[in-house]
Amino acid sequence: MTEMLKLLEKDARYTPAELAAMLGKSEEAVRKDIAACEENNILLGYGAVIDWERTDEEMVTALIEVKIAPQRGDGYDRIAERIYQYEEVESVFLMSGAFDLTVILTERSLKEISTFVYAKLAPIEGVTGTATHFIMKKYKYNNRIFSPVIEQEERPLYI
Amino acid sequence: MMDYDSLLSRKVKSIAPSGIRRFFDLLEDRPDAISLGVGEPDFVTPWHIRDAGVYSLEKGFTKYTSNAGLLELRRQISNYLFRRFNLYYDPKKQMIVTVGGSEAIDLGVRALVDPGDEVIIPIPSFVCYGPIVTLAGGTPVYVETKAENEFRLTAEDLRAAITPRTKLLVLPFPNNPTGAIMEQKDIEAVAEVLRGTDIMVLSDEIYAELSYGDKHVSIASIPDMYERTILVNGFSKSYAMTGWRMGYVCGPAVIIKQMLKIHQYAIMSAPTTSQYAAIEAVRDGDRDIEMMKNDYNYRRRYILEELEKLGLHCFEAKGAFYVFPSIQSTGLTSEEFCERLIMEQNVAVIPGNAFGSCGEGFVRMCYATSLKELKEAFRRMKICIDSL
Ligand SMILES: Cc1ncc(COP(=O)(O)O)c(C=O)c1O
Repeated sequence: MTEMLKLLEKDARYTPAELAAMLGKSEEAVRKDIAACEENNILLGYGAVIDWERTDEEMVTALIEVKIAPQRGDGYDRIAERIYQYEEVESVFLMSGAFDLTVILTERSLKEISTFVYAKLAPIEGVTGTATHFIMKKYKYNNRIFSPVIEQEERPLYI
Repeated sequence: MMDYDSLLSRKVKSIAPSGIRRFFDLLEDRPDAISLGVGEPDFVTPWHIRDAGVYSLEKGFTKYTSNAGLLELRRQISNYLFRRFNLYYDPKKQMIVTVGGSEAIDLGVRALVDPGDEVIIPIPSFVCYGPIVTLAGGTPVYVETKAENEFRLTAEDLRAAITPRTKLLVLPFPNNPTGAIMEQKDIEAVAEVLRGTDIMVLSDEIYAELSYGDKHVSIASIPDMYERTILVNGFSKSYAMTGWRMGYVCGPAVIIKQMLKIHQYAIMSAPTTSQYAAIEAVRDGDRDIEMMKNDYNYRRRYILEELEKLGLHCFEAKGAFYVFPSIQSTGLTSEEFCERLIMEQNVAVIPGNAFGSCGEGFVRMCYATSLKELKEAFRRMKICIDSL
């Protein structure tokens, strides 16, 4: 099962038949495994990795460090939930170290990001501080490198 | 006018150009072609290995190394061979770092073969052995391996090929082009034939790490075989380092000493930058090997299944990154099949007879190609076969 998941993580478009062939299993068994993983929230979704820089879509991504005062009983989870419920929030992680949550957010402009931080994020009860960093350039994301690969020159080679 | 033809060495002229060549020539000017032809990893050398090469340049390590190669590299290779294959070779006396496995093969043959000596070469196999033997003045004696034996060398076929003039047996497993392996029992049967003779073995184990069933067994690890074995290995296939040109040869100290003379006069020393990268590879690259092997294994299973669907029969190849399916069901010869496939569908595979006449009726496909390309290649192959 982990083997199948690793393959899907690399390329979500492998069909059950292809996965079956690669893993030496039956297609039926692979379909069952996929269904079980989806059912159990192991397989949460299938996304594409896109270099928006190459399109005419305007986008800004920010990484926000958030400090919070954990609440009795709920710890960090309740505050994290209040943050991740916003659709524009891409990722939320609980961190060790100097701050508590990493929030990653994509908007159309710097202004919209600022608005999110001061109007939505900062006022949440328990949030004690934020530091916003804008992403200037993406080199690699989810194992995909954003610059085109330079191919080696064609070679007459006889092996 | 110079009469070059009469000037050229007759031995060199007698060597036929590689049979693979024509098909690569056809590939030119075909940008959309998918090649399952070239036998090399599609991976780029892992970064930490490349970085070690770069670092050595930054440090200014640009001089020759000792003839036999950096001692640290030989020590690491010795450790690696022990750790992976339970073989012990003295890094100071029993090992030379070479320019690819290719040079290692050349050294082994040249150090042993005199005119009149016979060298047994199982076929189908990598194309270099016969010509190198010919250049050394020896006589290649080809032994055909067969599909019904999964292209393994059998004791009977070997025994039948031995004459009083037999000097050397080339043992090319895991095999290019068939993907055949020799399991422990097969190797032991070959060893039994050799025991008590003074025939040497040149064991080309360049694909040793790419064995998908049981772990590869080196003939050098079989009792009485160590002292007659010249072991050839290298970095090209297992670490995706073909362009670095790094290989090595191990064997009895007395023989290595003679090989070192040839190496010293013909090559001087293997490339220095590559040697530094190779230290990193062999010391810290076991994980990379595992990762790439895993990936090849996915593709191997995929390609075997697709071949079955196409009705091209193939035994379960368990080594290297080749499959060698029979194309006899198409009614075409190997060359006709390959030519049609490339002209009509832009897919390159290599006719089996390029690796020895008994490869007729088969083709070699290399699956060190992304799954995406393999998929597309099989889509096109199906169109070609359906139109026959
Ligand atoms: C069986 C075998 N031996 C040796 C070599 C030579 O490899 P290198 O000189 O890159 O080590 C090859 C390359 O294709 C091969 O297939």
